[in-house]
This record gives sequence, C-alpha cells and structure tokens, in this order.
Amino acid sequence: MSYHADEKGYYGEFGGAFIPEMLYPNCEELRQNYIQIMEEPSFKEEFQQLLKDYVGRPTPLYFAKRLSEKYNTKIYLKREDLCHTGAHKVNNTIGQILMAKKLGKNRIIAETGAGQHGVATATVCALMGIQCVVYMGEIDIARQAPNVARMKMLGAEVRAAKSGSKTLKDATNEAIRDWINNPVDTHYIIGSVVGPHPYPDMVARFQSVISEEIKRQLMENEGRENPDYVVACVGGGSNAAGAFYHYLDTPEVGIIAVEAAGKGIHSGESAATSALGKVGIIHGSKTLLMQTPDGQITEPYSISAGLDYPGVGPMHAHLYKSGRGEFISITDDEAMKAGLELCKLEGIIPAIESSHALAIFEDRKFKKDDVVVVNLSGRGDKDLQNYIDYFNL
Amino acid sequence: MNRIKQKLSEDKKILSIYFTAGYPKLDDTVQIIQDLEKSGVDLIEIGLPFSDPLADGPTIQESSTAALKNGMHSELLFEQIKDIRKSVSIPLILMGYFNPVLQYGVEKFCQKCEKIGIDGLILPDLPLDVYQEEYEALFKKHGLINVFLITPQTSDERIKAIDDASEGFIYMVSSASTTGAKSGFGQEQSAYFERIANMNLKNPQIVGFGISNAETFNQATEKAKGAIIGSAFIKHLTENGVDSIGGFVRQIR
Repeated sequence: MSYHADEKGYYGEFGGAFIPEMLYPNCEELRQNYIQIMEEPSFKEEFQQLLKDYVGRPTPLYFAKRLSEKYNTKIYLKREDLCHTGAHKVNNTIGQILMAKKLGKNRIIAETGAGQHGVATATVCALMGIQCVVYMGEIDIARQAPNVARMKMLGAEVRAAKSGSKTLKDATNEAIRDWINNPVDTHYIIGSVVGPHPYPDMVARFQSVISEEIKRQLMENEGRENPDYVVACVGGGSNAAGAFYHYLDTPEVGIIAVEAAGKGIHSGESAATSALGKVGIIHGSKTLLMQTPDGQITEPYSISAGLDYPGVGPMHAHLYKSGRGEFISITDDEAMKAGLELCKLEGIIPAIESSHALAIFEDRKFKKDDVVVVNLSGRGDKDLQNYIDYFNL
Repeated sequence: MNRIKQKLSEDKKILSIYFTAGYPKLDDTVQIIQDLEKSGVDLIEIGLPFSDPLADGPTIQESSTAALKNGMHSELLFEQIKDIRKSVSIPLILMGYFNPVLQYGVEKFCQKCEKIGIDGLILPDLPLDVYQEEYEALFKKHGLINVFLITPQTSDERIKAIDDASEGFIYMVSSASTTGAKSGFGQEQSAYFERIANMNLKNPQIVGFGISNAETFNQATEKAKGAIIGSAFIKHLTENGVDSIGGFVRQIR
C-alpha cells in the first residue's frame, strides 16, 4: 500500500478534482504536464540551483541538545526557518514559478492567509520578472500589515478578498475566481497541499526536498536514514507533506501531524480538522473539513494564521483515516509556551505554526534513544507582535 | 416524460431563470417559483446556497451569504417546496455545489427530489468522471437529469464526451468568467456560439453567464436553444423584492 497520490490524485478516498468545468482546461493542462516537466533535466537543474543559491539549501538538520536533555530523547530540528523569506513556503513557489514558465504563463496569482505564501510568491515573481497578484482576506490584510508591505515592495498587487468571512478560505475562492476569468495566460500558485489534483501531489513533490535532505543529514549524524519519528505542524499541510514525503511508505518511521486546537478542540474556536472535520469538498478536493451538518464550510480559529484553514490536504486526511499518521492537537497556550521555551533553550525564535509541533513533547513521551525530527517550518519574526501581546513583552 | 425534455421539444426559445433559495427573504421561494411560471418563464433553476460558491460572481455570492444568514438549508428548502407540484408544472432544476448534497446524502437527496417533482440537477463541481462512476445510475433511477457545463475553453473532444453523457441540455457558459451580468457579447462569443452550433450535438444548448436583458437574450439564443438569467434577476429581487417578477420577465421577451 502506498500513501502517495495515485494517477487520479487520490490518497485512499481523498483528493481528486471536484472543479467546475471552467477550471478543467487549466487543471488538465497542469495534470498532463507536471510530472514530465519536473523530470526534465533542464528543469531539475534550474530548480536545484535556485534552491541552493537563492533559498539557501540544504537547510541544517540541527541536534537540539538542551531541548533533548529536557525531554529525555534525541530531538533534531530541520531548519526550514533559515530559508530565504523565513519559511519552507519558498521551496514550492520556486518550483511553481519554473513550472509556470515552462507552461508559457506570464501572470501569477496566489492566495495568502498570514502573508507568508504571498511573500514567497511575490519574491519568486520579482526574481523572474513576472506579474503577480496576491489575494488576501480583508481581515488578514488589516492584521498582517508587515507582510502586505513586503509583498508591495516586491512588486506584487495585493487584492482584498471581501467575500464570506474575509480570511484565507475566501482569498482562495477569489484566486480561483480570478483563474476562471483568466484561463489562458495565468498560473495559480497554490501555497499548500490542497486544491484540486494535481496540486496536492505537485506541491508535496516540491516540498519533498525537506525529507530528502533529512535522510542524507541523518545518515551523517546518526548513521541511519530513518528517524523513529518525524513531527510537523499541519494547517493545509505543505511543510508536513515535505517532511513526511520520503518516509510515507516506510512504516518504521512514525509520522506525527500536529494540528491547532486553538482555544480547545471543543471550544468552538479551533482548527483541529482531523478531530472536528467530516469528509467533504473544499477548494476542489475531497478531504476532511470543518463544516455545518448542512455542508457549509465553517471558519476555523488558531492564534497561528498559518494553521487557520478549515480543511486539510488529502494526503493528511488519508494518513489520519488510515491510522498511518498520529494526530495531536495543541492549543494556543501550549504552542506559545513551547515557542518561548525554544527561544530560551536553543536561541531560536520559531514561527507560532512550528511552535505547535514543538509543544507535543510536554505530553507525548519518547524513548531516550528515539531519534525525533521536528520540522521547524518557519521563523518567528513575523509573529513578534503576537508574542509581544501574549507575553506582555 | 421528464418535464425538461418535454419543454425542450417545444418549438420555441427557452428562457430559464435562476434564483437563490432563501433570498431576499427566507420564505420567498414558493412565490418566486409561482410568479416565474405565471410570467411565462420556461424553466426554473432553484439555487441551493453555499458558503463558498467559487464559480459565482459577487451578486450570487452575496445572495447566497444572505440566504444562509436567513437560515436556508437543504432540508428547509425541501420542506418549503414539498407541495410545489400542486401549484406549478414548470420544469424545476436544483442548482448548487456538491458539498451540501454530499452531506445530505446523495441518495437521500435524489429520493427527495423525485418525491417533490424536481426534474434535474446542476452541480458544477461534480466532475463528469465522478458522476459517471458513482452517481449516474442513482440520478437516473430517480428520474433526474444531470446538466453539464461547457465553456469556450472546452475542447471539441470533451464537448463530445459531455454531449454523450448528457440527456436534456448542455449548459453553455458564454465566456471565461464567473457568473454576473456583463455588457453584451462580442465577436469572441459569436465565434464560440457558431462553433458549438456547427458541432451538431445531440443535446440542445442553453447559454448562461452574462445574459441580463432582451438584447443579450436574443444574441445568445440566435444559435442556441435558450438562455439562462441569474445575476440580473437576483439584482432585480434585491431592488424590488418579489412583487414585480412579471415586469422583469416581460423586459426580456
């Protein structure tokens, strides 16, 4: 059994392409070409070169000595926070901008919640000199002013999504509507392993460089490619998809996905999709999502804007449903505490998203000689205001 | 014979009107249906509102949000129209996104439609292959016609596949766009209308998106069997409520 996507983009019962006909030609063009393009030597070469010289890969696999001592196990941090633009998001946007060029597209659209994917998209568009429009919920624009400014400095046009709840899911709707209205010249760079096939698989492949490096680096450090566990936070799930990718079909590696419980799973203010979601369709994909009994998509909550998505990528829905993945949910308070702890013990300020993954050690115990790799998906600079407000710094 | 097929067999251009159930007021559904029939409309598409209508422009988005706020949901809509066949004989189609149907239970949804006298469904995000593999038999069992969309970007090959899978009519999206009235059709549309007409499909085509008045209705139906008006009618309801539906329809033809 494989935990990768099949030919039609299904992970078990999840995935597929539930799209209106208006999107069919675009998605079909991508579906027919993405694997072939990714395997072209010229594509690979340019992608690898940019990951190395522009993004700063490979990112270190760092043995967190003091954190390991505290929790009495061996914790490694995969330092995606050291990527250019501050998070793993750029691995995917580099890949997709090269894909867009190969497909002859000259206009890029993207959605963004907190602005990290928007910044990563604006960055690669500036790099390639391609027009860029980023959709962002009106509410998010107001609360993420620094990232809005970054995107503008990078030459992107930021358009406010004013429909529905005015946050990430609505920004995604607006980007999809833009694509419907511009079906020929535009490529849509989705920021996570969500959306219609082939997006979940394509984005996972671009992010898979994370686990490819972990394997090599762990061999150098520990004399083995496989950790006992790999841990990552999951909103839509792109950093997790990248960290899990090369271990999906290696059952001896435990996979731990960490969701945002917000103010508590049953508080009504949560983004713990595996616990609260039911099978349905969101943004063209069949997956687990938070919804009313009538099938209306509900608004999630997390202190971390990057985990604030009512669905989860189909890969992760399958990992959950099949039992291959262990799913843990972490509250705002637990995450903030773990974030501050990493600052004090290791001198690293993590993104609040990544802090969720770090927070599992309080309750989830590991053996002393277990090797646990945590994907530190982003750095905390963008979250400074949140940290300041939360801790009264 | 299914009411849609019967209507399509008549020698006339079809005027189809879309509205969002539960808008402008929660209980307007039945009156809107009755008045549309009285006004001489040929076919009605009852919109089941969805929180994330990604193929729709601002007008239908807003009516959907308002309808949900008013308290509309699938079960309530079925309750409102349970006796509709006592008062109208016009073909009725339910149009909505697939997720609410999935949550209701596709089989239960189809049963309910058959019982009430719904003639067809338009579910734009239920793709052709999934329909054929999982739901075609079920829809047919309950006498429901499933309507597929084509757009100017749809390849001839795919149009033929959709034509083969259809029984009733093909929903011909007029341009690469979300729903919402525009200011008339240009050369690009004429060429597209011409191309489709020349394909001699077995199913008649009804044009939707961008039709708002007599002029665009006539342009759209020059080659096609009929046309659908949605956003323009919603705007009319927003401005006038449900009192002058006949007046709106008379402006079209």
